[in-house]
Amino acid sequence: MANKKPDKKTEAEMTWKDLEVGLIATEPGSARQYKTGAWRSQRPTYEFSKCIKCGLCSIFCPEGCISQNEQGCFEADMYYCKGCGICDKECPTRVITMVEEEE
Amino acid sequence: MATKKGVEVSIGIGDAVKLANADVVAAYPITPQTHIVEHLAELVAEGELDAAFIPVESEHSAMSACLGSAATGARTFTATAGQGLELMHEVLYVASAMRLPIVMAVANRALSAPLSVWGDHSDVMAVRDTGWIQIFTENGQEVIDNVLCAFRVAEDRQVLLPVMIHLDGFHLSHMIETILFPEQSEVDQFLPPNQYPFPLDPSKPVTMGDFSPPVLYTEARWAQEVNLRASKEVVLQVWKEFGAKFGRNYSPVECYKCENRKVLLLTMGSFTETAMTAIDELEKQGRTDVGLVHLRLWRPFPFEELRQAVKDADVLIVLDRALSYGGPGGPVCSEVKSALYNLKKKPKVVSFVGGMGGRDITVAGFETIVNRGIEIAQKGSEQEFEIFGVRE
Repeated sequence: MANKKPDKKTEAEMTWKDLEVGLIATEPGSARQYKTGAWRSQRPTYEFSKCIKCGLCSIFCPEGCISQNEQGCFEADMYYCKGCGICDKECPTRVITMVEEEE
Repeated sequence: MATKKGVEVSIGIGDAVKLANADVVAAYPITPQTHIVEHLAELVAEGELDAAFIPVESEHSAMSACLGSAATGARTFTATAGQGLELMHEVLYVASAMRLPIVMAVANRALSAPLSVWGDHSDVMAVRDTGWIQIFTENGQEVIDNVLCAFRVAEDRQVLLPVMIHLDGFHLSHMIETILFPEQSEVDQFLPPNQYPFPLDPSKPVTMGDFSPPVLYTEARWAQEVNLRASKEVVLQVWKEFGAKFGRNYSPVECYKCENRKVLLLTMGSFTETAMTAIDELEKQGRTDVGLVHLRLWRPFPFEELRQAVKDADVLIVLDRALSYGGPGGPVCSEVKSALYNLKKKPKVVSFVGGMGGRDITVAGFETIVNRGIEIAQKGSEQEFEIFGVRE
């Protein structure tokens, strides 16, 4: 994300003149804005009643996109989740079931 | 007052980099660039140049170290040749795309195999599209002057691009010439401290060489292209200021006895001086219709200046010192042809490739090229180009 203008345009609205010199990103952590969960072919679904809140899925998630929700159960952020299914493989109580993405 | 010194051009480059007050030199020695780097290492070791000398293990690392150095805002210099330039290749694109003002002297050398340490332009042509500003030089004085100008151009806020100064390996790098070195105070006036606008600083973090998705990549590339093209104005301005201050003037395309001449020869680099002598010799023989065009600025390509220089000629003979294998022959000639293609009135362009791997082209050789070029222009040829001096 290398928008030099204070009035932020979306990436699709930015012209070459809006880009910072050398596409330098001056805002730390701005790569978070990239939606990297767009190419999933499977998604995790949850049966939270089985969750023991051990956090193993969060530790093994290669994307680092799993955190605790309001109930304290661990859940992936679909903005970044790539659908790899590692959380499903690692979960000791089989909370997670991977299903095909419909769209 | 300038100091006049008889010095090997490579040593002179080291002295010019010292005059420019470079902060960092990261380089790997390779023939025929070695003396440049050795002399700089010596200047740093002796405390004559207050700079960090980074002795890296390869040219890929040399250019990578230069990226980091330039990104901190340090005035950064390196030098290489031939295979070394090719080993840097992928990092060259990063330097220009990140808009880092690095200056590099390239002692042009032929590429392997067969192994050759001698000069030609094969190494340059392979890095033609890396987005660097590229300047060819004709003699030692021009090398030293342009090293100083290169820092000014590269670090200009409107430019922020790396610059390559090309000098012919051995023919220039190892030549001992009388060179005028400006005083330190004059250089300091001409070349103010580097003010890189985004220096790496933990208190103000930035990301360089960021990930760019398809939605932004085209815009990033276009921004770079617009900037490189626009840099020509700054190059012209810096040369003008240099000329006013030091009395030596440079232009992107230089003409030698071009006016009203119907046959023009086009050369780059040190062979230009031999070609000038050949033009004089031809004149003495009564061939007063032959002139010479010297292409100094290679990137950004000086389209307008070239068109202006050759527009009234009937024949333009281009000498390349590199081959585009299986392609149009000489890379310079193919660019010259494309620059002229859409003009209503244009000269017939004849392509010669020669002077490869350090082989000399003498004054008599240039006379042969001119005469053969005129013959080809009149009779036509089925070949894309002719290779000069090959034994068949």
